Amino acid sequence: MTVGIVGYGAFVPRRRIKLEEIAKVWGADAPAYKRGLQLFEKSVPGADEDTVTMSVEAARNALARSGGVDPADIGALYIGSESHPYAVKPSGTIVAEAIGAVPALHVADLEFACKAGTESLFIAQALVKAGEVKYAVGIGADTSQGAPGDALEYSAAAGAAAFIFGADEDLILAEIVDTYSWTTDTPDFWRREYMHYPRHGSRFTGEPAYFRHSMNSARGMMDKAGLEPGDFAYAIFHQPNGKFPMRVGKKLGFTNEQLETGWLSPWLGNTYSGASPIGLTAVLDIASPGDLILLTSFGSGAGSDSFVIRVTGRISEVQDLAPKTREQLDENKIYLEYGAYAKLRGKIRMAE
Amino acid sequence: MFSPARAWREYPQRYRLEAAKCTECSKILYPPRLVCPACGGRTFTPEILPREGKVVTFTVIRVPPAGFTEQTPLPLALVELANGVRLMVQIGDVENPETLEIGMPVRLEFRRISWDGEAGVIFYGHKAVRAGS
Ligand SMILES: [Zn+2]
Repeated sequence: MTVGIVGYGAFVPRRRIKLEEIAKVWGADAPAYKRGLQLFEKSVPGADEDTVTMSVEAARNALARSGGVDPADIGALYIGSESHPYAVKPSGTIVAEAIGAVPALHVADLEFACKAGTESLFIAQALVKAGEVKYAVGIGADTSQGAPGDALEYSAAAGAAAFIFGADEDLILAEIVDTYSWTTDTPDFWRREYMHYPRHGSRFTGEPAYFRHSMNSARGMMDKAGLEPGDFAYAIFHQPNGKFPMRVGKKLGFTNEQLETGWLSPWLGNTYSGASPIGLTAVLDIASPGDLILLTSFGSGAGSDSFVIRVTGRISEVQDLAPKTREQLDENKIYLEYGAYAKLRGKIRMAE
Repeated sequence: MFSPARAWREYPQRYRLEAAKCTECSKILYPPRLVCPACGGRTFTPEILPREGKVVTFTVIRVPPAGFTEQTPLPLALVELANGVRLMVQIGDVENPETLEIGMPVRLEFRRISWDGEAGVIFYGHKAVRAGS
Protein backbone atom coordinates (compact mmCIF):
# COMPACT_ATOMS: atom_id res chain seq x y z
CA MET A 1 0.00 0.00 0.00
CA THR A 2 1.19 3.51 -0.80
CA VAL A 3 1.00 5.90 2.14
CA GLY A 4 1.75 9.57 1.93
CA ILE A 5 1.08 13.13 2.96
CA VAL A 6 -2.39 14.28 1.82
CA GLY A 7 -2.20 17.70 3.49
CA TYR A 8 0.50 19.85 5.10
CA GLY A 9 0.68 23.24 6.76
CA ALA A 10 2.88 25.42 8.94
CA PHE A 11 2.35 28.21 11.43
CA VAL A 12 4.97 30.80 12.39
CA PRO A 13 4.17 33.52 14.97
CA ARG A 14 4.51 37.12 13.72
CA ARG A 15 6.76 38.43 16.47
CA ARG A 16 10.55 38.48 15.98
CA ILE A 17 13.56 39.56 17.95
CA LYS A 18 16.88 40.32 16.31
CA LEU A 19 20.00 38.69 17.64
CA GLU A 20 21.62 42.13 18.27
CA GLU A 21 18.75 43.03 20.59
CA ILE A 22 19.49 40.01 22.82
CA ALA A 23 23.28 40.42 22.61
CA LYS A 24 23.03 44.10 23.62
CA VAL A 25 21.36 43.21 26.93
CA TRP A 26 24.04 40.70 27.91
CA GLY A 27 26.99 42.71 26.59
CA ALA A 28 27.70 39.88 24.15
CA ASP A 29 29.47 40.25 20.82
CA ALA A 30 26.63 40.17 18.26
CA PRO A 31 28.79 39.89 15.10
CA ALA A 32 30.63 36.92 16.64
CA TYR A 33 27.35 35.17 17.46
CA LYS A 34 25.97 35.86 13.99
CA ARG A 35 29.09 34.37 12.39
CA GLY A 36 29.40 31.50 14.85
CA LEU A 37 25.77 30.38 14.94
CA GLN A 38 24.56 31.92 11.66
CA LEU A 39 21.49 33.35 13.35
CA PHE A 40 20.00 36.76 12.50
CA GLU A 41 16.59 36.79 14.16
CA LYS A 42 14.08 34.37 15.68
CA SER A 43 10.32 34.03 16.10
CA VAL A 44 8.75 34.79 19.48
CA PRO A 45 5.30 33.57 20.54
CA GLY A 46 2.78 36.11 21.88
CA ALA A 47 1.37 35.68 25.40
CA ASP A 48 -1.68 34.12 23.71
CA GLU A 49 0.27 31.66 21.52
CA ASP A 50 1.45 28.22 22.61
CA THR A 51 2.02 24.73 21.23
CA VAL A 52 -1.75 24.14 21.06
CA THR A 53 -2.70 27.35 19.24
CA MET A 54 0.09 26.98 16.67
CA SER A 55 -0.80 23.30 16.15
CA VAL A 56 -4.44 24.18 15.48
CA GLU A 57 -3.49 26.77 12.85
CA ALA A 58 -0.95 24.44 11.21
CA ALA A 59 -3.51 21.60 11.16
CA ARG A 60 -6.14 23.88 9.60
CA ASN A 61 -3.63 24.80 6.88
CA ALA A 62 -3.01 21.07 6.34
CA LEU A 63 -6.77 20.43 6.06
CA ALA A 64 -7.06 23.30 3.55
CA ARG A 65 -4.52 21.47 1.36
CA SER A 66 -6.07 18.02 1.87
CA GLY A 67 -8.62 18.06 -0.94
CA GLY A 68 -11.56 17.84 1.44
CA VAL A 69 -10.54 15.27 4.06
CA ASP A 70 -13.47 15.07 6.52
CA PRO A 71 -11.95 15.72 9.98
CA ALA A 72 -14.28 13.02 11.33
CA ASP A 73 -12.27 10.48 9.28
CA ILE A 74 -9.06 11.34 11.15
CA GLY A 75 -8.37 8.28 13.30
CA ALA A 76 -5.24 9.43 15.12
CA LEU A 77 -3.58 12.71 16.08
CA TYR A 78 -0.15 13.10 17.66
CA ILE A 79 1.67 16.24 18.77
CA GLY A 80 5.38 16.12 19.43
CA SER A 81 6.61 18.97 21.62
CA GLU A 82 8.75 19.76 24.63
CA SER A 83 6.53 22.73 25.49
CA HIS A 84 3.06 21.26 25.97
CA PRO A 85 1.07 23.95 27.85
CA TYR A 86 0.04 21.53 30.60
CA ALA A 87 2.32 19.12 32.48
CA VAL A 88 -0.76 16.91 32.93
CA LYS A 89 -3.58 17.26 30.37
CA PRO A 90 -3.00 16.51 26.71
CA SER A 91 -2.49 19.14 24.01
CA GLY A 92 -3.82 16.78 21.35
CA THR A 93 -7.37 16.71 22.70
CA ILE A 94 -7.67 20.51 22.35
CA VAL A 95 -6.34 20.39 18.79
CA ALA A 96 -8.59 17.45 17.84
CA GLU A 97 -11.62 19.28 19.27
CA ALA A 98 -10.75 22.50 17.41
CA ILE A 99 -10.39 20.81 14.01
CA GLY A 100 -13.51 18.68 14.49
CA ALA A 101 -11.76 15.29 14.69
CA VAL A 102 -13.28 14.20 18.04
CA PRO A 103 -14.45 11.81 19.42
CA ALA A 104 -13.59 8.64 17.43
CA LEU A 105 -9.80 8.95 17.32
CA HIS A 106 -6.60 8.03 19.13
CA VAL A 107 -4.62 10.96 20.58
CA ALA A 108 -1.23 11.19 22.27
CA ASP A 109 1.30 13.87 23.14
CA LEU A 110 4.84 12.79 22.36
CA GLU A 111 8.16 13.91 23.81
CA PHE A 112 11.74 13.35 22.66
CA ALA A 113 13.46 16.73 22.83
CA CYS A 114 13.65 18.18 19.30
CA LYS A 115 12.66 15.00 17.46
CA ALA A 116 9.20 14.67 19.04
CA GLY A 117 7.77 16.25 15.87
CA THR A 118 9.10 13.63 13.46
CA GLU A 119 8.15 10.96 15.99
CA SER A 120 4.53 12.00 15.52
CA LEU A 121 4.97 11.82 11.73
CA PHE A 122 6.66 8.42 12.02
CA ILE A 123 3.84 6.90 14.07
CA ALA A 124 1.02 8.57 12.13
CA GLN A 125 2.19 7.27 8.75
CA ALA A 126 2.83 3.81 10.20
CA LEU A 127 -0.74 3.54 11.52
CA VAL A 128 -2.13 4.43 8.11
CA LYS A 129 0.23 1.91 6.51
CA ALA A 130 -0.98 -0.78 8.92
CA GLY A 131 -4.55 -0.07 7.88
CA GLU A 132 -5.54 0.87 11.46
CA VAL A 133 -6.87 4.33 10.57
CA LYS A 134 -7.99 6.11 7.39
CA TYR A 135 -6.16 9.36 8.12
CA ALA A 136 -3.64 10.26 10.84
CA VAL A 137 -2.26 13.68 11.77
CA GLY A 138 1.33 14.23 12.92
CA ILE A 139 2.33 17.60 14.35
CA GLY A 140 5.63 19.06 15.57
CA ALA A 141 5.35 22.30 17.59
CA ASP A 142 7.30 24.16 20.25
CA THR A 143 7.59 27.45 22.09
CA SER A 144 10.86 26.57 23.75
CA GLN A 145 12.96 28.75 26.00
CA GLY A 146 16.59 29.31 26.81
CA ALA A 147 17.68 30.72 30.18
CA PRO A 148 18.36 34.50 30.00
CA GLY A 149 21.93 35.04 28.80
CA ASP A 150 22.48 31.37 27.88
CA ALA A 151 23.54 30.55 24.32
CA LEU A 152 20.14 28.89 23.80
CA GLU A 153 18.40 32.24 24.29
CA TYR A 154 19.71 33.34 20.87
CA SER A 155 18.05 30.41 19.13
CA ALA A 156 14.98 29.14 21.08
CA ALA A 157 11.98 30.02 18.88
CA ALA A 158 8.37 29.07 18.15
CA GLY A 159 6.55 27.41 15.25
CA ALA A 160 4.52 24.40 14.18
CA ALA A 161 4.02 22.08 11.22
CA ALA A 162 1.20 19.58 10.66
CA PHE A 163 0.88 16.70 8.21
CA ILE A 164 -2.14 14.56 7.38
CA PHE A 165 -1.27 11.04 6.21
CA GLY A 166 -3.54 8.86 4.13
CA ALA A 167 -3.55 6.06 1.57
CA ASP A 168 -5.90 7.53 -1.09
CA GLU A 169 -3.81 7.50 -4.26
CA ASP A 170 -5.78 10.52 -5.56
CA LEU A 171 -5.02 12.64 -2.51
CA ILE A 172 -1.36 11.84 -1.84
CA LEU A 173 0.79 14.88 -2.58
CA ALA A 174 4.01 13.28 -1.34
CA GLU A 175 4.58 9.57 -0.86
CA ILE A 176 6.48 8.21 2.17
CA VAL A 177 8.94 5.91 0.38
CA ASP A 178 10.83 4.64 3.43
CA THR A 179 11.81 5.46 7.03
CA TYR A 180 14.77 4.78 9.34
CA SER A 181 15.71 5.70 12.92
CA TRP A 182 19.05 5.81 14.73
CA THR A 183 18.96 6.08 18.53
CA THR A 184 21.39 5.80 21.49
CA ASP A 185 21.38 7.03 25.08
CA THR A 186 23.38 10.28 25.01
CA PRO A 187 22.99 12.90 27.79
CA ASP A 188 23.64 16.03 25.70
CA PHE A 189 20.66 18.15 26.78
CA TRP A 190 17.99 17.81 29.46
CA ARG A 191 15.41 19.54 31.60
CA ARG A 192 14.21 18.05 34.87
CA GLU A 193 10.58 18.25 36.03
CA TYR A 194 9.61 21.72 37.45
CA MET A 195 12.69 23.41 35.95
CA HIS A 196 11.96 26.39 33.70
CA TYR A 197 15.00 26.14 31.49
CA PRO A 198 16.95 23.22 30.03
CA ARG A 199 20.63 22.47 30.57
CA HIS A 200 23.06 21.23 27.99
CA GLY A 201 26.37 19.43 27.87
CA SER A 202 27.94 22.47 26.17
CA ARG A 203 30.54 21.21 23.65
CA PHE A 204 29.19 17.69 24.14
CA THR A 205 26.09 18.69 22.12
CA GLY A 206 27.85 18.87 18.75
CA GLU A 207 29.92 15.88 17.64
CA PRO A 208 28.68 12.91 19.72
CA ALA A 209 25.08 14.06 19.70
CA TYR A 210 23.86 16.12 16.73
CA PHE A 211 26.40 15.14 14.09
CA ARG A 212 26.79 11.47 15.02
CA HIS A 213 23.06 10.76 15.13
CA SER A 214 22.06 12.89 12.13
CA MET A 215 24.77 11.41 9.93
CA ASN A 216 24.19 7.80 10.94
CA SER A 217 20.45 8.19 10.47
CA ALA A 218 20.76 9.88 7.06
CA ARG A 219 23.38 7.37 5.86
CA GLY A 220 21.37 4.43 7.19
CA MET A 221 18.28 5.77 5.44
CA MET A 222 20.05 6.17 2.10
CA ASP A 223 21.66 2.70 2.39
CA LYS A 224 18.30 1.11 3.22
CA ALA A 225 16.56 2.84 0.29
CA GLY A 226 19.48 2.30 -2.12
CA LEU A 227 19.86 6.04 -2.70
CA GLU A 228 22.69 8.57 -2.55
CA PRO A 229 22.79 12.35 -2.02
CA GLY A 230 22.75 13.07 -5.76
CA ASP A 231 19.33 11.38 -6.07
CA PHE A 232 17.60 13.98 -3.91
CA ALA A 233 16.20 17.35 -4.96
CA TYR A 234 16.13 18.52 -1.32
CA ALA A 235 17.48 17.52 2.09
CA ILE A 236 16.32 18.89 5.44
CA PHE A 237 18.09 18.46 8.78
CA HIS A 238 17.34 19.54 12.34
CA GLN A 239 18.18 23.22 12.84
CA PRO A 240 19.42 24.06 16.36
CA ASN A 241 21.17 27.09 14.81
CA GLY A 242 22.02 28.25 11.30
CA LYS A 243 25.36 26.49 11.13
CA PHE A 244 24.79 22.84 12.08
CA PRO A 245 22.27 21.82 9.36
CA MET A 246 24.44 23.20 6.56
CA ARG A 247 27.55 21.58 7.99
CA VAL A 248 25.95 18.16 8.44
CA GLY A 249 24.45 18.35 4.96
CA LYS A 250 27.81 19.20 3.37
CA LYS A 251 29.55 16.41 5.34
CA LEU A 252 27.05 13.94 3.87
CA GLY A 253 27.68 15.20 0.35
CA PHE A 254 24.68 17.50 -0.24
CA THR A 255 25.02 20.83 -2.04
CA ASN A 256 23.81 24.33 -1.08
CA GLU A 257 21.02 24.05 -3.67
CA GLN A 258 19.68 20.89 -2.02
CA LEU A 259 19.90 22.34 1.49
CA GLU A 260 18.88 25.99 1.25
CA THR A 261 15.13 25.65 0.64
CA GLY A 262 14.45 23.87 3.94
CA TRP A 263 17.08 25.90 5.85
CA LEU A 264 15.01 28.38 7.87
CA SER A 265 16.86 28.70 11.18
CA PRO A 266 18.88 31.89 10.41
CA TRP A 267 15.57 33.83 10.25
CA LEU A 268 13.29 31.56 12.30
CA GLY A 269 15.57 30.28 15.08
CA ASN A 270 15.35 26.80 16.51
CA THR A 271 11.73 25.69 16.71
CA TYR A 272 12.77 22.40 18.39
CA SER A 273 10.11 19.78 17.54
CA GLY A 274 8.87 22.07 14.77
CA ALA A 275 12.27 22.63 13.15
CA SER A 276 12.80 19.95 10.48
CA PRO A 277 9.01 19.51 9.93
CA ILE A 278 8.63 23.25 9.20
CA GLY A 279 11.64 22.92 6.89
CA LEU A 280 9.74 20.15 5.07
CA THR A 281 6.71 22.45 4.60
CA ALA A 282 8.97 25.11 3.04
CA VAL A 283 10.30 22.47 0.62
CA LEU A 284 6.83 21.14 -0.27
CA ASP A 285 5.76 24.76 -0.96
CA ILE A 286 8.04 24.86 -4.01
CA ALA A 287 8.71 21.17 -4.84
CA SER A 288 7.87 19.66 -8.24
CA PRO A 289 6.33 16.28 -9.10
CA GLY A 290 8.91 13.49 -8.88
CA ASP A 291 11.27 15.31 -6.51
CA LEU A 292 12.87 13.11 -3.85
CA ILE A 293 13.25 14.67 -0.37
CA LEU A 294 15.39 13.48 2.56
CA LEU A 295 14.12 14.57 5.99
CA THR A 296 16.38 13.85 8.98
CA SER A 297 15.49 15.13 12.44
CA PHE A 298 17.54 15.11 15.62
CA GLY A 299 16.46 15.01 19.24
CA SER A 300 18.77 15.22 22.22
CA GLY A 301 18.99 12.25 24.42
CA ALA A 302 19.49 11.17 21.54
CA GLY A 303 17.98 9.99 18.29
CA SER A 304 17.38 10.84 14.68
CA ASP A 305 14.45 9.89 12.39
CA SER A 306 14.83 9.85 8.61
CA PHE A 307 12.25 9.79 5.83
CA VAL A 308 12.53 9.46 2.07
CA ILE A 309 9.63 11.34 0.49
CA ARG A 310 8.64 11.41 -3.19
CA VAL A 311 6.51 14.34 -4.41
CA THR A 312 3.54 13.49 -6.65
CA GLY A 313 1.68 15.33 -9.39
CA ARG A 314 -0.92 16.65 -6.91
CA ILE A 315 1.61 19.01 -5.27
CA SER A 316 1.05 21.91 -7.67
CA GLU A 317 -2.72 21.86 -7.00
CA VAL A 318 -2.28 22.34 -3.24
CA GLN A 319 0.68 24.67 -2.78
CA ASP A 320 -1.45 27.85 -2.98
CA LEU A 321 -4.35 26.60 -0.85
CA ALA A 322 -2.85 27.83 2.47
CA PRO A 323 -0.22 30.38 3.57
CA LYS A 324 3.26 29.32 2.44
CA THR A 325 5.98 28.93 5.05
CA ARG A 326 8.45 31.48 3.59
CA GLU A 327 5.62 34.02 3.32
CA GLN A 328 4.82 33.54 7.01
CA LEU A 329 8.51 33.97 7.76
CA ASP A 330 9.03 37.09 5.64
CA GLU A 331 5.74 39.01 5.88
CA ASN A 332 3.75 40.71 8.64
CA LYS A 333 6.63 40.71 11.13
CA ILE A 334 6.45 42.57 14.45
CA TYR A 335 9.92 43.33 15.88
CA LEU A 336 10.28 43.32 19.67
CA GLU A 337 12.70 45.03 22.01
CA TYR A 338 14.19 42.90 24.77
CA GLY A 339 11.87 44.29 27.47
CA ALA A 340 8.70 43.31 25.60
CA TYR A 341 10.29 39.96 24.74
CA ALA A 342 11.23 39.24 28.37
CA LYS A 343 7.68 40.07 29.50
CA LEU A 344 6.12 37.83 26.85
CA ARG A 345 8.38 34.90 27.60
CA GLY A 346 7.67 35.07 31.33
CA LYS A 347 11.26 35.99 32.13
CA ILE A 348 9.79 38.69 34.37
CA ARG A 349 7.73 37.14 37.17
CA MET A 350 4.39 38.90 37.65
CA ALA A 351 2.66 39.37 41.02
CA GLU A 352 -0.50 37.21 41.13
CA MET B 1 -13.31 34.65 34.23
CA PHE B 2 -15.33 31.72 32.88
CA SER B 3 -15.67 28.41 34.66
CA PRO B 4 -14.08 25.35 33.04
CA ALA B 5 -17.57 23.77 32.84
CA ARG B 6 -19.06 26.71 30.97
CA ALA B 7 -16.09 26.94 28.60
CA TRP B 8 -16.40 23.18 27.94
CA ARG B 9 -20.10 23.50 27.04
CA GLU B 10 -19.18 26.27 24.61
CA TYR B 11 -16.39 24.41 22.78
CA PRO B 12 -18.34 24.14 19.50
CA GLN B 13 -18.69 27.93 19.24
CA ARG B 14 -15.37 28.81 20.90
CA TYR B 15 -13.10 26.20 19.25
CA ARG B 16 -14.79 25.60 15.90
CA LEU B 17 -16.72 28.86 15.37
CA GLU B 18 -19.97 26.95 15.08
CA ALA B 19 -22.91 29.33 14.67
CA ALA B 20 -26.62 28.40 14.55
CA LYS B 21 -28.52 28.96 11.31
CA CYS B 22 -32.27 29.43 11.73
CA THR B 23 -34.15 26.84 9.66
CA GLU B 24 -37.10 29.28 9.29
CA CYS B 25 -35.47 32.55 8.15
CA SER B 26 -31.80 31.50 7.58
CA LYS B 27 -30.45 34.09 10.02
CA ILE B 28 -27.04 33.06 11.37
CA LEU B 29 -26.70 33.49 15.14
CA TYR B 30 -23.33 33.72 16.88
CA PRO B 31 -23.18 32.90 19.67
CA PRO B 32 -25.97 30.38 19.13
CA ARG B 33 -29.26 31.02 20.96
CA LEU B 34 -32.37 29.03 21.76
CA VAL B 35 -34.81 31.37 19.98
CA CYS B 36 -34.22 33.28 16.72
CA PRO B 37 -34.53 37.04 17.46
CA ALA B 38 -35.63 37.66 13.86
CA CYS B 39 -38.54 35.22 13.49
CA GLY B 40 -38.95 33.41 16.81
CA GLY B 41 -37.84 30.14 15.20
CA ARG B 42 -36.55 27.43 17.52
CA THR B 43 -34.80 25.04 15.14
CA PHE B 44 -31.26 25.57 13.90
CA THR B 45 -28.54 23.83 11.90
CA PRO B 46 -24.84 24.29 12.79
CA GLU B 47 -22.93 26.58 10.45
CA ILE B 48 -19.15 27.15 10.61
CA LEU B 49 -18.31 30.85 10.38
CA PRO B 50 -15.85 32.13 7.78
CA ARG B 51 -12.58 33.31 9.36
CA GLU B 52 -12.09 36.45 7.25
CA GLY B 53 -13.60 39.82 8.05
CA LYS B 54 -12.96 43.47 8.93
CA VAL B 55 -12.96 45.65 12.03
CA VAL B 56 -16.19 47.67 12.37
CA THR B 57 -15.10 49.42 15.56
CA PHE B 58 -12.71 48.80 18.45
CA THR B 59 -11.72 49.87 21.94
CA VAL B 60 -8.54 49.39 23.98
CA ILE B 61 -8.92 48.26 27.60
CA ARG B 62 -6.00 49.36 29.76
CA VAL B 63 -7.23 48.06 33.12
CA PRO B 64 -8.36 44.54 32.22
CA PRO B 65 -10.18 42.08 34.47
CA ALA B 66 -8.46 39.15 36.24
CA GLY B 67 -7.21 36.53 33.83
CA PHE B 68 -6.23 39.14 31.22
CA THR B 69 -3.53 41.14 33.05
CA GLU B 70 -0.67 39.78 30.95
CA GLN B 71 -2.46 41.00 27.82
CA THR B 72 -2.50 44.73 28.66
CA PRO B 73 -3.40 46.84 26.72
CA LEU B 74 -6.26 44.59 25.59
CA PRO B 75 -7.87 45.60 22.28
CA LEU B 76 -11.46 44.47 21.70
CA ALA B 77 -13.20 44.76 18.36
CA LEU B 78 -16.57 44.38 16.73
CA VAL B 79 -15.71 42.38 13.60
CA GLU B 80 -17.92 41.82 10.57
CA LEU B 81 -17.17 38.49 8.91
CA ALA B 82 -17.34 37.78 5.18
CA ASN B 83 -20.92 36.44 5.55
CA GLY B 84 -22.12 39.57 7.38
CA VAL B 85 -22.15 38.04 10.89
CA ARG B 86 -20.78 40.43 13.54
CA LEU B 87 -19.01 39.34 16.70
CA MET B 88 -17.04 40.87 19.59
CA VAL B 89 -13.50 39.51 19.78
CA GLN B 90 -10.09 40.38 21.16
CA ILE B 91 -7.58 41.61 18.60
CA GLY B 92 -4.31 39.67 18.75
CA ASP B 93 -0.74 40.51 17.71
CA VAL B 94 -1.00 44.18 18.66
CA GLU B 95 2.23 45.53 20.13
CA ASN B 96 1.15 49.11 19.48
CA PRO B 97 -2.60 49.91 19.68
CA GLU B 98 -1.94 53.10 17.65
CA THR B 99 -1.70 50.88 14.57
CA LEU B 100 -5.33 49.71 14.86
CA GLU B 101 -7.83 51.15 12.42
CA ILE B 102 -11.49 50.80 11.51
CA GLY B 103 -11.90 48.78 8.31
CA MET B 104 -8.70 46.81 9.01
CA PRO B 105 -8.90 43.38 7.34
CA VAL B 106 -8.60 40.59 9.91
CA ARG B 107 -8.73 36.81 10.15
CA LEU B 108 -9.74 34.77 13.17
CA GLU B 109 -6.94 32.69 14.66
CA PHE B 110 -6.99 30.13 17.45
CA ARG B 111 -5.42 31.71 20.56
CA ARG B 112 -5.34 31.63 24.35
CA ILE B 113 -8.15 33.94 25.43
CA SER B 114 -7.43 34.00 29.16
CA TRP B 115 -5.79 31.89 31.80
CA ASP B 116 -6.31 31.43 35.48
CA GLY B 117 -2.81 32.34 36.78
CA GLU B 118 0.02 29.84 36.37
CA ALA B 119 -1.80 26.84 37.85
CA GLY B 120 -5.35 27.21 36.53
CA VAL B 121 -7.03 26.18 33.33
CA ILE B 122 -6.22 27.86 30.00
CA PHE B 123 -9.23 29.11 27.99
CA TYR B 124 -8.82 28.91 24.22
CA GLY B 125 -10.86 30.52 21.48
CA HIS B 126 -10.43 32.90 18.57
CA LYS B 127 -8.91 36.34 18.21
CA ALA B 128 -8.89 38.64 15.23
CA VAL B 129 -5.42 39.35 13.82
CA ARG B 130 -4.46 41.67 10.98
CA ALA B 131 -4.75 39.86 7.65
CA GLY B 132 -2.55 40.36 4.59
CA SER B 133 0.71 42.31 4.63
ZN1 LIG C 1 -35.21 32.94 12.19
